[in-house]
Amino acid sequence: MSSIMKFAPIALKNFFSKPVTVKYPAEPIIYPEGSRGHVVIDSEQCISCGMCQRVCPTGAITVDREAKTWTINRFDCLACAYCVLKCPKKCLEIKEGYQAPGKTKYSETCTKEPEEKIEPEEKKEEN
Amino acid sequence: MGKRSIIPYGPQHPVLPEPIHLDLVVEDERIIEAIPSIGFVHRGLESLITKKDYNAMVYVVERTCGICSFMHGMTYCEGIEQIMNIEVPGRAMYLRTIWGEMSRIHSHLLWLGLLADGYGFESLFYQTWRIREKVLDIFEATTGGRVIFSVNKVGGCIRDMNQDKLNMILRELDDIEKKVKEIQKTFLFDYSVQSRLKGIGILTKEQVHDLSCVGPFARASGLDMDMRYLGKDAYKDLEFHAITSNDGDCYARCEVRVREIFQSIDLIREAIGKIPDGEIDAPVKGLPNGETFMRVEQPRGEAIYYIKTSGKAFVDRLRIRTPTFANLPGLCETLKGANLADVGLLVLSIDPCISCTER
Repeated sequence: MSSIMKFAPIALKNFFSKPVTVKYPAEPIIYPEGSRGHVVIDSEQCISCGMCQRVCPTGAITVDREAKTWTINRFDCLACAYCVLKCPKKCLEIKEGYQAPGKTKYSETCTKEPEEKIEPEEKKEEN
Repeated sequence: MGKRSIIPYGPQHPVLPEPIHLDLVVEDERIIEAIPSIGFVHRGLESLITKKDYNAMVYVVERTCGICSFMHGMTYCEGIEQIMNIEVPGRAMYLRTIWGEMSRIHSHLLWLGLLADGYGFESLFYQTWRIREKVLDIFEATTGGRVIFSVNKVGGCIRDMNQDKLNMILRELDDIEKKVKEIQKTFLFDYSVQSRLKGIGILTKEQVHDLSCVGPFARASGLDMDMRYLGKDAYKDLEFHAITSNDGDCYARCEVRVREIFQSIDLIREAIGKIPDGEIDAPVKGLPNGETFMRVEQPRGEAIYYIKTSGKAFVDRLRIRTPTFANLPGLCETLKGANLADVGLLVLSIDPCISCTER
């Protein structure tokens, strides 16, 4: 008898305890600090050097130096944070919250707002 | 002599989490021979390594396996460090050991759950995975990822743990230990579980040695072989004796893994007590030039990494021998003479990770 019903105490306890799972849409998920979810960019700081594009293990990031855009395919991104580690201006950051599923693999583009082109005029004045 | 016939087993089967195909030659209900074939989930990671920078490859190597992911990244980094003669700071070594042992707890709990599912004990399966979820929570709080951690880099670690986090790990481990102690009674002393596991798939110590089996599968047959004896990382400072059993059956394999969970908990406690302060990464200069073999004890057994570099940013050749690959001959040996109804249990008893094997 001692070797049977070993699981019974655990099973009985289970009847009277709360479920361990979170009732997800009703209760929000609390991510711990430093959870790797998705990469965000501070476009103002970005110098479009293209380092993140070169180091990305999956090639999820595309940087257009002329148009000053930074494009990421969230479905290819591993959230490994290697680009965050390598960014020379430290304008990339990894934040919590995972990529939502989608029907197609779409990309997100961030554009650096064009600077006011005053430099050429200043030069003209100097000349 | 009865009529011989071949029964295909897998790649899709309720007990198999991953695809492996076995052609079972059966005579009545008894298996005469088993012929394995793999190749369903080949991903070509070894080829990919020749196309990417060696630093970026840490993140790809980690994805060889979802369960031993930390250990794969760590072994690769240690291999490159050995080629480049980089001395890793003590704190980084201890951090690697702590995370490595945690992934052992996580892997063994996962396996115990699958075993319970294999012999049809569904509620035990859920109870075991419920404990495993706590380990994953610790991982998320300390590394930022639940399954893939990405905290290794050539020269050390990326993230550090402060004292609060170390204390949190100790607190959680106490809870996990209590719960595993509760659940081990069912795994080891329950009558119906014992009758399903005892005396099935026996391998002797000599057979295990001759078939080059590794990990808990080999230790369950009495072979005292563990790569942690090599004293890499923090293991040189920790008190450690591999856990073995002499029975060599499915029950012994289960027992070894249950006891290894407690051993890992003790090792983490000891490592947290002894962890030194200081830097967590060493500066890396230049490019690797040379070749090396790395051997590491993963939760499933010994993994061997062969890395060859020639002073370029890309690695020339990487060969990964995963523990499941080494255990497949042992599996085929245990299947000989087994009952057809025991095949699922026997396949599970090597802790198969087919995706690792195919890389």
